[in-house]
Parts: sequence; structure tokens; C-alpha cells
Amino acid sequence: MDVLANLGDGFAVAFTLQNLGLALLGCFLGTIMGALPGLGPSNGVAILIPLAFTLGLGPTPSLILLTSVYYGAMYGGRISSILLGIPGDEPAMMTVLDGHPMAKKGMAGEALSLSGIASFVGAFIATWGLILLAPQLVKIALLFGPAEYFALFALAFATLGGVSSTNQAKSAFAAMLGLGLAMIGVDTQTGVPRFTFGEVHLYDGLDFLVAIVGLFALSEVFIFLEHRHGDADASASELKVGRLTPPMSMIKQCTPTMLRTSILGFIAGVLPGAGASLGSFISYSMEKRLVDKEGTFGKGDPRGVAAPEAGNNAAAGGALVPMLALGVPGSGTTAVLLAVLLSLNITPGPLLFANNPDVVWGLIAALFIANFMLLALNIPMVGIFTRVLMVPPRILMPVVAMVSFVGIYGISGSSFDLLVMIGFGVMGWLLRKFDVPLVPIILGTLLGNTMENNLRRAITIDNGNWFTLFDSPLSLTLWAIAIIGFIMPLIVGRLVRAKMHERGDEEGSIAD
Amino acid sequence: MNGGPLSLRGPAGQNYLSTQISGDTMSDRIFGLVGLALAIFFAWAALQIEESFLSDEVGPKAFPLIIAGILGISSIFIALKPDADPEWPSLGRLVEILAAVVVMILYAEFLPIAGFVIATAVAAAYLTWRLGSPVLSSLLIGVLTSVGIYVVFHLLLGLSLARGPLGF
Repeated sequence: MDVLANLGDGFAVAFTLQNLGLALLGCFLGTIMGALPGLGPSNGVAILIPLAFTLGLGPTPSLILLTSVYYGAMYGGRISSILLGIPGDEPAMMTVLDGHPMAKKGMAGEALSLSGIASFVGAFIATWGLILLAPQLVKIALLFGPAEYFALFALAFATLGGVSSTNQAKSAFAAMLGLGLAMIGVDTQTGVPRFTFGEVHLYDGLDFLVAIVGLFALSEVFIFLEHRHGDADASASELKVGRLTPPMSMIKQCTPTMLRTSILGFIAGVLPGAGASLGSFISYSMEKRLVDKEGTFGKGDPRGVAAPEAGNNAAAGGALVPMLALGVPGSGTTAVLLAVLLSLNITPGPLLFANNPDVVWGLIAALFIANFMLLALNIPMVGIFTRVLMVPPRILMPVVAMVSFVGIYGISGSSFDLLVMIGFGVMGWLLRKFDVPLVPIILGTLLGNTMENNLRRAITIDNGNWFTLFDSPLSLTLWAIAIIGFIMPLIVGRLVRAKMHERGDEEGSIAD
Repeated sequence: MNGGPLSLRGPAGQNYLSTQISGDTMSDRIFGLVGLALAIFFAWAALQIEESFLSDEVGPKAFPLIIAGILGISSIFIALKPDADPEWPSLGRLVEILAAVVVMILYAEFLPIAGFVIATAVAAAYLTWRLGSPVLSSLLIGVLTSVGIYVVFHLLLGLSLARGPLGF
């Protein structure tokens, strides 16, 4: 079979000592970042991009490192959810509901290992889903012309706020801010400078890595300063883990749950505007409705731990499908991964599968490897990761800030970029106060120029006829989905949101 | 959102009840107006772009103008249908953030002059002090952070960091 042959080649790429080492490092760092409240998949990956970049890693090794971090963070988020009742990152929010009660009952170890297994099942199934679905999506994408691509980008922006979006005007504002920032620099088609105001540093445009690290990582430091929250949430007494293997009966009881929610989570991840948080949310709600006959959900039911964890890890894998096949990410972290690809001069999308099969299949093989590594790391070594929770933010946050500076300075060696990054950090803090989502800004800065090029190409091909954008059935469909996707949250958003945040934080800006 | 994952563990955990405190909406109205001003400025700046004689059908102005248009419309919506005010930090906290920004700017400017290790030790010590470490241990944490990053990223991974007069 074609797929298996490709996958075999992928494993050949991934199975080098360097790549395996990078995968292990990524899994380890990712789990730690996921576990620490305040660092999640998107800002975790964001800090490491410039580093992978300045270390001179090639495209495949960098991707292996960073996707391992991504998967690892998805695993790690559950640790503080279960032990402390504080989600380590947004997608782990639902795990608090049953995980923390389990820990209180003295079953922390079981909850951790069960959720580790659930994460593994979710991610494993999703990776197969990615293998099967992405090539199909590529076939559709090959039919796309510039007009369809323009519509597709519009669709991505319109749905990025997600079904749970609080305020669509703010999502639109964020997307336009990002696109506007992308316009800075010399116009690629005519060579005239735009929005540079005579500043030579701006002729090349803003480096999106600077924007990402500033918005995601540095703004977090300001948030901690604002609240002067410097002490660790965990004390040694809380972190008693106990028995580290779940009884077989518990695994058996949870197996149907894990399988169902993996598939559901995967679909949620593929769909635009859903992402891992929604994946874990609908997984939990569906299972609650299906199997919660005795009303034990929310009181420490193991199935309530397995469902959201399988769901969010599956969604994390699913979110890679549109990113790789179409070049249009559907979630915050995949937007950051897109930045990785773009900074390595790889354009994701249908041509990636044809031109760089080694990158695609090497990456997919790496996902499998990372998944097994994570399972191996997470069950016996969970004790090490729990100890990380005792590192107080007053030490951690300065390290985050300094590593951000190191990474950005490493790329360009210019103080100007550092100043721009600080500017983005302040902007990120301010926008988060206003509840403006940051992901559309990132996506805007990433895709702005491509989007404009597609627009101009489409119209130039049709001799200046703007209606060419709505000319084909394919583009009309995309526009229709975009419009529905933008309007739907206005109608159903309030409902979903109320349920999702029945108990949970209001962290909407860097939601994944 | 009331600011980061911290809102989760606010005093007495009252943030768990995610009922939005309805009240003033002034912040969003101002935000909308600032956004509108930004959109107008962006449109103005787009109109200043010099057209090149070998332009394509669309030209370099059209897309920025579309962006400015949507930016303006969404700003108007934000101003007309504002959300409840976020919890703004007290003046003291605001000064705290400003001071951190100033320290970071100084860090960016002095990095090439003082060298990585010294500049980073000072900046990290400042940040950890402001986040609640005692003064003396702040100094120690700052130096350890700086040396730690230097060892891992420069000595082990070979990343080039800013060199100071002392060679590190």
C-alpha cells in the first residue's frame, strides 16, 4: 500500500540518533511545559522555535522537536489538572472535573496513569486519522486556484474565533490587526515600501517569530507581574501520587469511552475553529450523556478522566490535518507550528505532500515515536513531572522571559527586534485584558502576504474582475461556510460558552 | 477573561463562578474608538503608498484598504456593543508592569554593551525580586538563571549570545 510505503520512508527519516534524541527532548520539555500553569502548548512551542532555528536544525529535525513539544504539552496539561485542580493549559480544563476528585479520593496515581493511557489512545488514533485523511484533503486542495485559496483564508479567519467565541467583533478585529501587521514592509509584487514610515528595519517586514514570542510568552510574564503571583501552587504534601498503574477493570471500563472520544476529538480537531479545548469539552459532555447513568461524573469517575484526555489529544492530532494539507491551521498551536514551517521556507499545503514527502512522512513517523515515548515517560516518570509543579513562578517566569530574549536575539542579533518583541508583549497583555483573542493576530501576520498574493493573482488572471472571487462553486461553498462559521457563534455561542465555563477559567485569548 | 490562568485561583476562588460582573463598559468603548482611530490611520497610511508604474491590476493599496475597512467596522461594533470592563490592576500594579517594561528595554539596549551574562543576571534578578523573591536570594537566582542559560545554550548548544567586554 502506498500509505505504508510512505510511512516506512518516514520512519527511515525519523530513526536517526539525532531525531530520536530530539523527539525525546521535545517530549520531556513539552510535558513539563504542559504541566506548568502559565505555559501551554502555544507559548511553549513559541519559545522554542527561535531556538530550534538558531541551532541550525534542518526542517525535519526542527519539526520533530517542536511537534514532540506540542504532543508533550497536551499530555502534560493533565498533571496539574489532576493534582492541583488547576488546568495546566486550556485543553486540560475538563480533566479537572473528574481528575481532581479522584486525586482527593487518594487515587491520584490511577488518575494520572489512566489519563496517560487515554492521551496515548487519543493521539494514536488521531495520527492514523491524519495519515488517512490528509492525502484525501490534498486531492481536494489541488483543485484550488488563487480565488479558492483566498476564500479558504477568509474561512480560516472567520471560524478561528470558534463556536465558543465570546465576541466576534473582537475576533475580526484581531484578524485584521494581524493582517495589517503583515502588510508592513516592501510589497513583494511592486517593490514599493508600505507602512514603513522610513524605518529601514521595517523594510523586510516584521518577523512573525518576534510577534509570536512577544504575544504568547512575554505577555504571560506581565500577567504574572500584574497579579504578583510568585509562589508555587503546589506543596510537597499535595503531591502524593501513590499507585501508578490503573487496575485492569478500570481500563476495561474506560476502553469504549476512549475509543468513542478519540474519534469525536479527532473530528473536532479537523474542523475549523474547534481545536483541542472544544474537543475535550464535547468528548466529556457526550460521555456524560452516554454512560453517566449513576451520576458519578464530576465526582471522580475514571471515565470522566479518560474522555477529555482522549478527546483533547485526538483533537491535537486532528488539528494537524488542515495545517499540513491546506496550509491553514485551525488552532493556536498549529498556527505556531505553521510559523515553524514558514520560517524554514517550507510552504505547507497540497504541494508539500508532493515536493517534500520526507518532511511530511518524517513528521508523521515522529508523531508515532513521540507518542510511544510519551506513554513511556508519563507513566513511570510522572513523579518527576509532578515535582516540576513546585517550581515557583517567581523563578520560572524570569527564565521564560530570558529564554525568549535569547531566542529572538539569536535569530537576528539586533536590539531592534528585542524592542519590537517587548512591544508585542505589552500589546499582548493589553489585548488579553480586553479579551481579544491572540491567535487570529498570529495567523494574520503569518498568512497576510500569501492571502494578498492570492487575491491579486486571482484578479489579475481575470483582468481586474473582482467578481472572480465568487465565480466557482468551490469558492462559493467556502464563502458560505465562512459566513455561517462567523455568524453561528453569535447564535449558539452563548449556550456552548456557558456550559464550557460552568467551572473553568476565562482564559479565552490563547485558547487552543 | 480576567487575566491569565491566575484568575482561576483568585481570592476565595470566586472566579470559578464565571458569571460576568456586569457593570461599566467604558473600557471597551474607549478600545473601540482607539481601534477606529487606528483603522483610519491605517487607511490614510495605505493611501500614502506610492503606486509603482508597473503595478498589477489590484495594486499595493487595495488589500490594506479592505483591512482598514473591516478593522474600522469591527471597532465600531466593539464600541457600540461593549463587554463588561475587565478588572484593571491597581495603579501600583500598573507601575509594576511599566517598570518591568523599562527594565526589559534597558536590557535590550545594554545587551550588546554589557554582554549576555551580566545583563541577563541583572534583568532576571529584577524580575524574580518583583515577583516576590527576597532581595538576597533574587541576586542569587538572577546569577544562576543567567549562568544556567549561558551554559546550556552557549556552551552546550553552541548558540551565539551577545559578547560583553569580559568575553561573555
